[in-house]
Amino acid sequence: MKVSKEILANVAGLSRLAIAEEETTRYQEDLTKFLAYVETLNEVATENTPPTTYALPMENVFREDDVRPSLDREAALLNAPLKEDGYFKVPKVLED
Amino acid sequence: MKYEAVIGLEIHCELKTKTKIFCGCATEFGAAQNTHVCPVCLGMPGVLPTINRRVVEFGIKAGLATNCAINQYSKFDRKNYYYPDLPKNWQTSQYDLPIAEHGWVDIEVEGEKKRIRLTRIHMEEDAGKLVHSGTTIKDSTSSNVDYNRTGVPLLEIVSEPDMRSAAEARAYMEKIKAIMEYIDVSSCRMEEGNLRADINVSLRPVGSEELGTRTEMKNINSFKSLEEAINYEIERQTEVLEDGGHIIQETRTFDPVRGVTLSMRSKENAHDYRYMPEPDLPPIVTAPETIEKYRRELPELPDARRERLEKECGLSAYDAGVITASRAMAEYFDKVTATGAEAKLAANWIMSDLAKNLNAEGITIEKSPVGAERLGQMILLIMKNTISGKIAKTVFQEMWTNPASPEQIVNDKGLVQITDTGAIEKIVDEVIANNPKAVADFQGGNKKAIGALVGQVMKASKGKANPQMVNKLIAEKLG
Repeated sequence: MKVSKEILANVAGLSRLAIAEEETTRYQEDLTKFLAYVETLNEVATENTPPTTYALPMENVFREDDVRPSLDREAALLNAPLKEDGYFKVPKVLED
Repeated sequence: MKYEAVIGLEIHCELKTKTKIFCGCATEFGAAQNTHVCPVCLGMPGVLPTINRRVVEFGIKAGLATNCAINQYSKFDRKNYYYPDLPKNWQTSQYDLPIAEHGWVDIEVEGEKKRIRLTRIHMEEDAGKLVHSGTTIKDSTSSNVDYNRTGVPLLEIVSEPDMRSAAEARAYMEKIKAIMEYIDVSSCRMEEGNLRADINVSLRPVGSEELGTRTEMKNINSFKSLEEAINYEIERQTEVLEDGGHIIQETRTFDPVRGVTLSMRSKENAHDYRYMPEPDLPPIVTAPETIEKYRRELPELPDARRERLEKECGLSAYDAGVITASRAMAEYFDKVTATGAEAKLAANWIMSDLAKNLNAEGITIEKSPVGAERLGQMILLIMKNTISGKIAKTVFQEMWTNPASPEQIVNDKGLVQITDTGAIEKIVDEVIANNPKAVADFQGGNKKAIGALVGQVMKASKGKANPQMVNKLIAEKLG
């Protein structure tokens, strides 16, 4: 599949990345190559293989419903770029 | 053209666990902002979430109680979107293998029974709370985020678009609320937002099988708003269609003050959530024996309880429906009748005087100053003819503020019913002597005139005369 300019713009938007105009051709080519490489997987016969949803041989890892101490608020907010009155402060929220 | 509404609900039900779904932070409501947070629910790099066992148990029980099939193999997925109420930029939810699917519940509206199908029930984490600096998100230059609610466990219960009116949608949501209360997985306090609905509404010509374009109203947290939002939206969409316009698929917000829905987004981008299996959480595999164990643990559910009250206690379908709509009320009723109080009287007192007082003071039945046992004792006094039903109203009001037993109150206030024939006869004679007109009317054939005389006797005895005896005595004397 060839990654078009529109697909690139959509993927960049979903990933919150700004791509400079002069770089678009290069990224389109790179992503097209990645996809072609991953498509190699389609050559494997999987008719009789159930879909994998989890890669490790593990299941049912649970914890009991017991309260554990939370972080101190100061510690929770320590790395926040902006804070106010014990809240994380975020700039104006814009809808897509 | 005549249109019919097609309504589906996504109900979010906050679970009654002590801790969050993937970490040990407390879920308690009302804590100071950002004090129930930890590296896991703040989505810090390198942390490993672990599933709360109770959440899975509650999800399976909710599925069983709504006639769903339980998926023996279930898993979590990441639903990606950018909004600051989610610190990780994805919500851990379930996509293609939810814990339960393909269920149904029965509702009844105006005597008509109807089955509403459930598409699925899945487990997910709640998001945080934003406090905007302005009055709305649009005129705010910044927002403050409280992540206490982030990671609180939710069940999302998704219905098929099987409802055709606001009344049906309400009955469905009431039924889901009752079931979740009965199986004790949620406290279902709508005012705290732990039961809320996203409503999808579309219209189509009557007789058509195709679905029209729908609009969605999010986070409706009262039955009143639910009905108003649906009715407004049906009206609005009808007008648009009748004017030859077409409905835009969009999210609308319901303003409960003005009773209208408003468009939230001018253009609706189809969300691309890019669901992917959650790599940090191993799948949940539930053996059939475990599912059966949970099924055996389910209590009597609202429909069964309602049927029992109709058949065994002789309540009307309506009364049984009201009493069993809330688990707390049904339990209160059972405790009242356990004292020996007659079921019909118990239902009447609960649905009238008790409900009226609770509503007036805005308290729940669990906190009623008149407990089930005391109400039962008072009803026994009516049954033994110690007090009349009318005096009982006075006794009940006194009991509301006075913790004494009903017997004590009746004795202290001198409210014991007069059943002594001599005493009643004396009052009857006086009333007959003082009301020649009513007496003449009665003797002239107007049998209704006896009512006025009985009323006078009751008044003279301050309500304490036994009304049946008064009736009998007057009839004898004038007969």
